[in-house]
Amino acid sequence: MTPTYYLLLSALLFTIGAVGVLVRRNAIVVFMCIELMLNAVNLSLVTFSRINGSLDGQIMAFFVMVVAAAEVVVGLAIIMSIFRTRRTASVDDSNLLKY
Amino acid sequence: MTGTINLAGTLADGAQQATGVANLAWLLLVLPAAGAAVLLIGGRRTDKWGHLLGSATVIGAFVYGLVLFFDTTALGADDRTRDLHLFDWISVNSLSVDLGLRLDPLSLTFVLLITGVGSLIHIYSIGYMSDDRDRRRFFAYLNLFVSAMLLLVLGNSFVTLYFGWEGVGLASYLLIGWYQGKDFAATAAKKAFLMNRVGDVGLALAIFLMFKHMGSTSYDVVFAEIGNQSTGVVVAIGILLLLGACGKSGQFPLQAWLPDAMAGPTPVSALIHAATMVTAGVYLIARSSPLYSLAQAEDARFVVMIIGAITLLIGCVIGCAYDDFKKVLAYSTVSQIGYMILAVGLGPAGYALGILHLLTHGFFKAGLFLGAGSVMHGMNDEGDIRRLGGLAKKMPITFITWTLGYLALIGFPFLSGYFSKDAIISAAFSAGGGRGWVFGGIALFGAGLTAFYMTRLLILVFLGKPRWEKLKSEDGRAYHPHESGPTMTIPMIILSIGSVAAGAILSGMLPGWLEPSVGELAEVHGPLSHTAVSILTVGISAIGAAIAFAVFGRREQPVTRPQRVSWPVRAARADLYGNHLNEALFARPGVWLTRFLVFVDNRGVDGVVNGIAAGLGGSSGRLRRLQTGFVRSYALSMLGGSILVIAALLMVRFA
Repeated sequence: MTPTYYLLLSALLFTIGAVGVLVRRNAIVVFMCIELMLNAVNLSLVTFSRINGSLDGQIMAFFVMVVAAAEVVVGLAIIMSIFRTRRTASVDDSNLLKY
Repeated sequence: MTGTINLAGTLADGAQQATGVANLAWLLLVLPAAGAAVLLIGGRRTDKWGHLLGSATVIGAFVYGLVLFFDTTALGADDRTRDLHLFDWISVNSLSVDLGLRLDPLSLTFVLLITGVGSLIHIYSIGYMSDDRDRRRFFAYLNLFVSAMLLLVLGNSFVTLYFGWEGVGLASYLLIGWYQGKDFAATAAKKAFLMNRVGDVGLALAIFLMFKHMGSTSYDVVFAEIGNQSTGVVVAIGILLLLGACGKSGQFPLQAWLPDAMAGPTPVSALIHAATMVTAGVYLIARSSPLYSLAQAEDARFVVMIIGAITLLIGCVIGCAYDDFKKVLAYSTVSQIGYMILAVGLGPAGYALGILHLLTHGFFKAGLFLGAGSVMHGMNDEGDIRRLGGLAKKMPITFITWTLGYLALIGFPFLSGYFSKDAIISAAFSAGGGRGWVFGGIALFGAGLTAFYMTRLLILVFLGKPRWEKLKSEDGRAYHPHESGPTMTIPMIILSIGSVAAGAILSGMLPGWLEPSVGELAEVHGPLSHTAVSILTVGISAIGAAIAFAVFGRREQPVTRPQRVSWPVRAARADLYGNHLNEALFARPGVWLTRFLVFVDNRGVDGVVNGIAAGLGGSSGRLRRLQTGFVRSYALSMLGGSILVIAALLMVRFA
């Protein structure tokens, strides 16, 4: 297996995630798409680590996971509280902070 | 002193340090200043005794002045110039000004005049202002004036003089505008202040020039160094000092404020606008005698003489046409100061004569003004001489004292004016050549006109039939003329004694006494002997008085001023168009310039500023719309931005 396939998969996953963030309205789905993008990046980090024969990329991937876990905690809490007050999880409905 | 020799001889020698009783000379300034401070800060609480305190401080200063005077006369002539260093006042880089006092015959002469006449007028004001509920504040301002005037004459540097100069300007402004509720008084005060500023700019520029070229403004240094300066600098300083003198002394072309200044109470007119402040210009030129005596200053001196001659003529001519008691006296003051300026313009031959006339004038003009005040006090403040008349019997003391002042002014033989004015006329004839004949002729003609308008005043106010009997004053009261109380008549009597005797006493002693300050009185011999000039002057004055009697004394005068008059009278009534000239030359172009600048400011400067602000406001209003509040649009822009950045990086790396 050449590492190129992993990179292609990573790019594909990142694109799916990015498109999902841009087109979906449900906050939970958007959130999952962000996770997808993060993990796509993790995949490419690990791949490059493998290509270069050093562990730096893998350590970096662990950091990303830790940050992602923390982000999930905070993000879900925010989504929960928005849902409780507005009875909706649509990101387009939470648009009060504007000009 | 190094190497410079000037015409005034001993003058530029550094003054000696004051000792003994002279060490207390600061009392002269502090006493009236403290009086003013107490009265102004104390407010209404001091109403009951304010006038007494105000008079006491000035009388105290006068007594100390006398002590100082006798202390100085006990010294030899060479030791009479003394300096009293008070404190370092300004010390910035190479500019250092000490606040110090110069005690010399010239300044002491002025101290005695200011505090002496000042004391009399303070006492007079107690009676004159007794009806005014703000009498205390009036005395505070008078004290302020006396203090500033003393600083003016006592300072030992031009900056100190300037400080006092501005102080008297302020006091004059406050007192001219005393009846501030009345429009004409407020306007007159502003006019006086503004026209004085014009002159002050000249004085300030002269001081700047001194500092630039001589590095100091103290009398010692300036007078020691002035001889080494180029002719241009000397003439420039001389003419700028003259401009300052013109402003303060009501000389042409800045004479128009002085008659308007009569809007103030009469004691103010007597003290500030006749006896003391307006003579500050003469003091300034006499004090700067080492400068004006230089051969390089010939041109500046000539300008001084021209200004004096023009002014004395203008004052006389306008004085003939006015119907306001005090304004005629004011124009008389203008013309008499013209005589003094003419005298000091003559150089070493005239400094002492100018000061002599200043002193005698201080006596008789103050007396004349106090007499006018007494008349107005008894006549419901009526100042229109056509509505007076026949007051000699009702106010005998005022009449007699006024007449003595009048005789002194027109130069009646052996009264004050005879000694001082004739000497000036005689010296003017001696100015040399055609110049002497012109200036002498003008001065002589002025003496005749003076006799004419003063006699006219005398006839219309005190003699003839009482024209006021059938009239009522502006506020609807009938006139009940009465003699004023003793606080007013006693100062008038003292001043009239001065008017009679001052000339005879001073004319012999003063030139010698002033020698350490203004140099020796140069003996000059003109085409006419002094006796001949005296006879001529007395003769011409007599002719002037006789014409006045013929015109005004023999038939009854109308109560309103005649409207159909010849053009000279019309011109004189319009101040010889002095105001029109000022307005056309300075005021109107000034207004135009102001309007233009306002336009440029509103449309140009403000336009640019407002335009930039409006442009920024409008564009940010539009940019603001980018913040839609939709999270996904933000995400899109972040993605777009990231792609751009990455694309740019790749371009840089691979392209």
